[in-house]
Amino acid sequence: MLRLLSFVAFLATWWGAALLAGGQKLPPPPVVLAAIVAEAGSGALFFNLGVTLARVALAFALAMTLGAALGYLMGRVRLANRFGDPWLILLLHLPALVVIVLAYIWAGLTEVAAIAAIAINKLPTAVVTLREGTRTLDVALDEMAAVFAIPRWKAFRHVILPQLAPYLAAAARSGLSLVWKIVLVAELLGRPNGVGFEIGIAFQLFDIPLLLAYSLTFAAVVLVIETALVQPIEARLSRWRPRAA
Amino acid sequence: MQLEVDIASKAYTNAAGERHEVLAGFEFALGEGEVGVFVGPSGCGKSTMLRIVAGLDHDYQGRILQPPGAKIGMVFQEPRLLPWRSVEQNVRLAAPQADDARLSALFAALGLDAHRSHFPGELSLGLARRVALARAFAVEPDFLILDEPLASLDDALAARLRDQIAMLVDSRSVTTLLVTHNVDDAVRLGDRLFFLSSRPARVIATEAIHTPRMARGEAEIKRIKAELAPLKLANL
Repeated sequence: MLRLLSFVAFLATWWGAALLAGGQKLPPPPVVLAAIVAEAGSGALFFNLGVTLARVALAFALAMTLGAALGYLMGRVRLANRFGDPWLILLLHLPALVVIVLAYIWAGLTEVAAIAAIAINKLPTAVVTLREGTRTLDVALDEMAAVFAIPRWKAFRHVILPQLAPYLAAAARSGLSLVWKIVLVAELLGRPNGVGFEIGIAFQLFDIPLLLAYSLTFAAVVLVIETALVQPIEARLSRWRPRAA
Repeated sequence: MQLEVDIASKAYTNAAGERHEVLAGFEFALGEGEVGVFVGPSGCGKSTMLRIVAGLDHDYQGRILQPPGAKIGMVFQEPRLLPWRSVEQNVRLAAPQADDARLSALFAALGLDAHRSHFPGELSLGLARRVALARAFAVEPDFLILDEPLASLDDALAARLRDQIAMLVDSRSVTTLLVTHNVDDAVRLGDRLFFLSSRPARVIATEAIHTPRMARGEAEIKRIKAELAPLKLANL
């Protein structure tokens, strides 16, 4: 109910602002809706959204897997941490644009280059989060697992992973928002399709309804994935925690 | 199973770089199925000794003789349960080979029947301790190591848990190491009592009790305690 109210408030603000600014700069909701319907009718909207989502999924999965493994390693092994730390700092502070441009120069304007560039942008934050998580692992529980001779993989699954779950969730959360942002830049610069590419076209043609049509549907998809996928998983992982008042 | 422990020295180096010797010339032996109780002042190094025997600490001088591949069941000072697994899952994780009937009997004996599906966060300390105890017994250990299993429980609860430990230890003769600073608990539970010095800890007196645990009446316990009084246990 509150969410609906919040949505209505958003629409009202938009409409009001459109009236004040004039339809040229900020088209009112019905105009944008018409653009969305037109794009959906031609199938372009779904195609471009699908392509972008596929890139997000691939880059996200790649960065999370690699980042979690590296972060765990750096949290557990001091030598790995000392070796990897300078790389990590470099990657953390490298602007996304530099990574994307270099990836396109070195690997060509290809799908591999785009996905790798997006993944590399997300990778260091995942590593940092998981490294911190690994450092907070409870030694007392490790000792318990050792005394009872619980096999390594079983201990990892039942003792280690649940402790890392909040950090994995945090890395996924922040990583997903990062990937959403960067994927559009990567598409704008070097892909012939996807939401980012369409927004680039709309920008060049100054087609503001089209620009908003893609931006808003993209935002809606992000919102749906957040509420339908990310939040329920988080809730399930933390169900053993006593409820906060 | 038999256990022979001879720790010549165990020392820590603290953050300031100073060495502190915790154990020095710590020697004892326990026969098959005996319950050895270690009584000593707080902070004398009892837990350190248990960790070495449990194989958690290899940084010491000396040797420990025990049959290879001995299974250990341990109750730590804190329960050390996995908060994200239910009581039953906690026990099963440590003891995957335990069959349902035995687990049920164990849960019943410890009064945990109603709590099998609870998470540890929902339990009181007394209950959590009992779960830790159930876990240690479920693995059918060759050695049972109990680190102050009755600490910070009220008297009635401690007495009940002590009786349950006695019952479980007697139900299958298991070589047990138990640490406490309560002489009463020691006299009621132990077959062999070891009295420890303050740091660096070593065994300063040994006392064997031959009456079976279950047959020790209040009079008997009083008599043994009186016998031990010259050891100045009040200082412990």
